[in-house]
Amino acid sequence: MDTLTRIWRHEESRAVVIQILVIAAVFGSFGWLVSNLVTNFAALNKNFGFDFLLQPAGYDINQYLIEYTNRSSHLRAAIVGLLNTFLVAIFGIVLATIMGVILGIIRLSNNWLARNLTYWYIEFTRNVPILLHILLWHGIIINTLPHPKRALAFGDVSFLTNRGFYVPKPIAEAGIEVVYLAIVAAITFAVFFSRRARKVQAETGKQLPVFWTNLGVLLTVPVAVYLLAGSPLSFDIPALKGFNFKGGMHLLPEFVALTFALAIYTAAFIAENVRAGILAIHKGQREAAEALGLRPGKVMRLVILPQARRVIIPPLTSQYLNLTKNSSLAIAIGYMDLVATLGGITLNQTGREIETMMLVMGMYLLISLAISAGMNWYNNAVKLVDR
Amino acid sequence: MKKLMFAMAGVASLAAVSTASAGTLEDVRERGHLNCIVNTGLTGFAAPDDAGNWTGFDVEFCRAVAAAVLGDASKVEFITATGKTRFTKLAAAEGEILSRNTTWTFSRDVDLAQTFIGVNYYDGQAFMVPASLGVSSASELDGASVCIQTGTTTELNLAEYFSSNGMSYEPVPIETNAEARESYLAGRCDVYTTDGSGLAATRATFDNPDAHVILPEVISKEPLGPVVREGDDNWADIVSWTLKAMMAGEELGITSANAASLASKLNDNPEINRLLGVDPLQGAEQAGLSSDWALNILSQVGNYQESFERNLTPLGLSRGMNALARDGGLHYIPPIK
Repeated sequence: MDTLTRIWRHEESRAVVIQILVIAAVFGSFGWLVSNLVTNFAALNKNFGFDFLLQPAGYDINQYLIEYTNRSSHLRAAIVGLLNTFLVAIFGIVLATIMGVILGIIRLSNNWLARNLTYWYIEFTRNVPILLHILLWHGIIINTLPHPKRALAFGDVSFLTNRGFYVPKPIAEAGIEVVYLAIVAAITFAVFFSRRARKVQAETGKQLPVFWTNLGVLLTVPVAVYLLAGSPLSFDIPALKGFNFKGGMHLLPEFVALTFALAIYTAAFIAENVRAGILAIHKGQREAAEALGLRPGKVMRLVILPQARRVIIPPLTSQYLNLTKNSSLAIAIGYMDLVATLGGITLNQTGREIETMMLVMGMYLLISLAISAGMNWYNNAVKLVDR
Repeated sequence: MKKLMFAMAGVASLAAVSTASAGTLEDVRERGHLNCIVNTGLTGFAAPDDAGNWTGFDVEFCRAVAAAVLGDASKVEFITATGKTRFTKLAAAEGEILSRNTTWTFSRDVDLAQTFIGVNYYDGQAFMVPASLGVSSASELDGASVCIQTGTTTELNLAEYFSSNGMSYEPVPIETNAEARESYLAGRCDVYTTDGSGLAATRATFDNPDAHVILPEVISKEPLGPVVREGDDNWADIVSWTLKAMMAGEELGITSANAASLASKLNDNPEINRLLGVDPLQGAEQAGLSSDWALNILSQVGNYQESFERNLTPLGLSRGMNALARDGGLHYIPPIK
């Protein structure tokens, strides 16, 4: 009793005791969950294992980035789903960032109408659950766009329907290598010219017309080479055959609806992050830049945003993570992402709830950690260097 | 510290025992009501009516089991499950019976450690198309977009049917019947596929049901039936014979209207006497059933035919394979002896 009281009264040893108790509680409850799972599996005569992943999946998927048929394995179906998740996440993140930055800047505009319109847009968008955004966009697309039989045609080569947007698919033919070379050459030129322009400006203060020159080179050189090489591309043009358009490339309405909904929803949050970042920059910076005679666009691009970026990046990372995780709602409208393939049809066909859910969670964890790692690297690259 | 770990291990093993079922009948009697897992909403099989009461073919089976073991068909609580969550819910003991258009397959029976106790509806996967499409056979569906309600055996049947007939299609798998229906009606898909009974039920909810036709091809065998957890044979027997009692009721001409009067006298047919408890039925007592178990089912819920005609006939479903064996169907009932 005496020793116990003494240990408890002594601050350091008390801290040790509490830590041991906390660790024991954490491990104890984890161990309890695992032992419960094992006992229940045994009681239900179920076995735990991942060998089902190598069995044929047996179902079809309507959008695959790697070769897939219903004879492929459940593992391959899971990878197809994972890639579909990546696809929607990447497009969503790029779109949301562009929209978010623009909205965030307009939100601080001096123009009363622009400022208030974005205010209402942001408040409305981010206060409505993301699932409703997804269902709304999908509903709009499938209900307003025409049936394939009455497709909106663009010059008889591209077609817009409620089953997707069909465009011609380019097919490379002999001689295409020259065009690839021309593209590489044009990009190399553009990079070098930008560097040179920066150097010239640093040395003499003269500004070279970088944007227009590069744009001209990037557009004209590959096109000219393509024509000179005798147009080494043929096109597979989509055409209505039976129920649907066949041939060409096409964008599924589910993909478009999901990407749009995620981008629009997340852009509202990003806009607020951008606004906060801009407001965090002392107004003296803007005034100094204006005093130097910089035009408003340049003040924003060269002075405010580079500094605001440091404030914006950390919350932006969590918005990217949110967007990626929200993409798991895809199954509501039938987009075959990771949750719909591995966590949906595979789960149901094999009955392996624990195994499939563990895999799905593991994969989302990996995606999230990868995004965080990338954004942290970027954050470190642009943060203020202490000297 | 050690004591704490022991205590935790003790709690863990207790929790484990309570989910591994033995004595399901006693659990249900003690609780006073049956927990039954049903569809989230499929007209004719399980759906709440305007007053919020669950009705439907699968729902009435739950009520029949409650009548058999508790003597009161109303003592049921309904737990809803999607195609994806149903087996997990049954395994986690959220209900004693899964009565939700569940197809009996080898792997579900053997691998998932559950017991299928019989077939209450012989079904098969079919296709529904708008009548305006002018399609009269599933073999004309090459290249079509097909809406599928996921979480069923549907995806596999569909893939097999199209590939074995050398046809292509675009699968559009959707989580719930409501969303799939919306996509089909908006013209996102040419075809909607699920079990024939599910198509009839869905079509009945359309504004204009006559504008849609169900194609004659049935591309799969879907014997639907109630499921219980493996490990309690007595409970499986009770649930299984509840279904057989309803069918025997039809075979013997016992209905909810005449059950009570038949039970109050000695009948010419000894099987009626045994079923209704006029004469003793060997084994009922050992199974924990009272002598009027089947009388309660038939007087409170009715026989198989009554339940079918109440719930499924209005959807336009005919008896077909679901007639009794003596009428040319597949339901063949072992003798009540």
